[in-house]
Amino acid sequence: MVVFRNWQFIGLVLLTGLSSIRASIDADEATIAVASNFSAAAQQLAADFENKSGHKINLVFGSSGRFYAQISNAAPFDAFLSADQEKPLALVENELAIKDSLFTYARGALVLWSADSEKVNNSVDVLRSNSFNKIALANPRLAPYGVAANEVIEGLGLSNDLSKKMVLGENVVQAYQFVATENAEIGLVAYSQVFFAGQLSAGSVWIVAEELYDPIRQDAVLLNRGQSNRAASAFLEFVKSHEGQATIQSFGYRAVES
Amino acid sequence: MFSEGDVTAIFLTLRLATTVTLILLVLGAPLAWWLARTNSRLKGPIGAFVALPLVLPPTVLGFYLLLTLGPNGPIGQVTQSLGLGTLAFSYSGLVIGSVLYSLPFVVQPLQNSFEAIGDRPLEVAATLGASPIDRYFSIAIPMAKPGFFTAAVLGFAHTVGEFGVVLMIGGNIPGETRVISVQIYDHVEALAYDEANRLALLMIVFSFLVLLSVYGLRKKSQRQILRFGS
Amino acid sequence: MTADSNTINIAIQHRLNNSRAQTFCLDVNLQLPGKGITAIFGESGSGKTTLLRCLAGLEKMLNGEIHVKGLVWQSGLEIKPVHERRVGYVFQESSLFSHLNVEQNIGYGVKRSPVMLSKPNYEKIIELMGLYSLLERFPEKLSGGERQRVAIARALLIEPDILLMDEPLASLDGRRKQEIMPYLESMHEKLDVPIIYVTHSIDEVARLADHLVVLQEGTVMAEGPLGEVLANTDLPIKLGEDTGVVFEATVAERDDDWNLLRAEFLGGELWVRDGGDSLDQSIRIRVLARDVSLALNAHTDTSIINRLRGRIEKIHEDEDRAMLLVRLVVGEVKLLARVSRRSAHQLAIKIGDEVWAQIKGVAILR
Repeated sequence: MVVFRNWQFIGLVLLTGLSSIRASIDADEATIAVASNFSAAAQQLAADFENKSGHKINLVFGSSGRFYAQISNAAPFDAFLSADQEKPLALVENELAIKDSLFTYARGALVLWSADSEKVNNSVDVLRSNSFNKIALANPRLAPYGVAANEVIEGLGLSNDLSKKMVLGENVVQAYQFVATENAEIGLVAYSQVFFAGQLSAGSVWIVAEELYDPIRQDAVLLNRGQSNRAASAFLEFVKSHEGQATIQSFGYRAVES
Repeated sequence: MFSEGDVTAIFLTLRLATTVTLILLVLGAPLAWWLARTNSRLKGPIGAFVALPLVLPPTVLGFYLLLTLGPNGPIGQVTQSLGLGTLAFSYSGLVIGSVLYSLPFVVQPLQNSFEAIGDRPLEVAATLGASPIDRYFSIAIPMAKPGFFTAAVLGFAHTVGEFGVVLMIGGNIPGETRVISVQIYDHVEALAYDEANRLALLMIVFSFLVLLSVYGLRKKSQRQILRFGS
Repeated sequence: MTADSNTINIAIQHRLNNSRAQTFCLDVNLQLPGKGITAIFGESGSGKTTLLRCLAGLEKMLNGEIHVKGLVWQSGLEIKPVHERRVGYVFQESSLFSHLNVEQNIGYGVKRSPVMLSKPNYEKIIELMGLYSLLERFPEKLSGGERQRVAIARALLIEPDILLMDEPLASLDGRRKQEIMPYLESMHEKLDVPIIYVTHSIDEVARLADHLVVLQEGTVMAEGPLGEVLANTDLPIKLGEDTGVVFEATVAERDDDWNLLRAEFLGGELWVRDGGDSLDQSIRIRVLARDVSLALNAHTDTSIINRLRGRIEKIHEDEDRAMLLVRLVVGEVKLLARVSRRSAHQLAIKIGDEVWAQIKGVAILR
């Protein structure tokens, strides 16, 4: 056996040894699937969590439907923050996620918004007046924000009037894009998309009365793969915690009543 | 077997693909001809522009289209001043987007075919009294037939399969912009896998049959074409 | 430049970059006859094809004068586009349209003619080129010779002011060439259109040309009626074994016993093999320099039939250093003889001497 005396080689061995030692002692790494409408808040939560715990969190953003399909086919996610309640529940029922870990992490609020600062006069009038080219909303078939938007329109008795002017985004993010680029003059989008630290960022808005729609609840769940992953469980705990919830609300979400 | 929504999506898709293919053949052929024959300095930049949709992610193209067609964008301002409003979320807007997206798939095969003709047949035609436009129609186009086949098939198939651009500027309006690819995507998102499967299978079978028949047709007319130099 | 209605005037100074990235300059100033066949002879790279293309308008010249029988095709910067010139062009590789059959090919120019073309002319040319049985066929099913005939007919049918032919026989093998020759010769006989015929084959020149232009590296080395140019001992292009003269003679007598013809010209006569020509017919004769030997006295005790008396006009060095080229005047005809320098020295021949030319071989071209 040749004794290896090369110092560089020894240094390399030490480095890899050290990092794997560090990985196995304290810190875990988790991959979390997150609904795209929650991206901003999720990034903040992950950063805060990493600082506090030393664990590493990898976030993957996308549509909840796609995540559902992928998780059903053994995608390497440890936990899932969905845009709705339906998909996490379905995963639990299909025994792909841990039942006890299921909880509502955020409650969204709906607003009527226009990029034009004079279009929406903090009231529902513009909807009734029909003085706009298109109204954008998320597809009710696919997204909870869409379901809520649809409830509002039906509740106001405006389904017939508005049907020709409705433009559907695949999710509330796309609905927002349509309005932000002014291709649709108004749209029903998420409060969290247009309010920052309590201030309206641009345009004009009407905060839709909560009685007009069922609460938009977004659920999170620990997946089978993440069951023994400490980083994943710890992250979900953090999201549920007081600190996490405060952060989430600062991004424009309502408090989650239990 | 298919819901009404599916059927609408199918016919819309076919209508869109046919329209776009025809537009591209009529507009793309002169462009391809120019690219094949010009020595101008603009050849490089214009050729690169035509090829852009080959390398750009469709969502990027769609996103910039969204901005361009909107009231603050160059095209949007033109359409508004013409009293047409903005083109996003409309069939016409989709046609424009698809024409741009499928442009290289039509122009490049045509350009290759035109280049393969070379100078000689056109010189001969000129000595026999054919003006430049006459030469284009009586010599260039007939001799480029294989290119036209390829261009039509590629253009059509590519438009049928288009998704990223439609997603961006379509707005998912039934009968206007809700094409098959979006319909399938929505079925999957809504966890309606059976519907998704049926529609997807239909698309595969249809595309296969189209390609089969076009390549069959092409063999027949192969005889006449391109043994030039004799 | 006089706008003569019966000549073709060409003044070109054209610079072009050929495929080897060298600059080639074509510099010609010619006045060619407006009828008959003018051959443009030269080696490859001499500029023959370029000249033809410039004439047709296929090369864009920035400056130049091209007047065809009184019509201005180019004058300085005023250029008539190709498709407006009534020019017939036959390319080296026939270049038939592959997507059209023979009838459609030859009809292509006819359809686009600005003037009404005559039907009898159409029939005549199809007949001339022997195309009746080929009309339905497509180019890929034709032989090389057939394709060239179609190409020629196609060019002729538009009744062009001038017919340009760029080495039309070059891509054919010996047999096909022999096949087409008669068609070319009868074309010359039966049609009025002036023809400019580019070739690197002196045989074709000898058979077909009335007028000859010799081109070398883009400049005209010699130009004039065929007989004159060929008799020129000064030609910078060396013809080697093909050195010889060409002239016209008339059939004066037929000798059926010996199968011979007597061909007369002003200044002499020659006995040639009877090829079936009739009395009073004009034939073209070629005599190669290597077939002519000289004698101071007439010899009757040899097998050589033909003897002509002539005066030595010029003695020139030959490319073969052992030989000399001697030019004789025999009436209105000039002969070239190739003799060894030793013999010339021994016979002490000089300019002005009267000698006998013994002619071993005479070729009848047509």
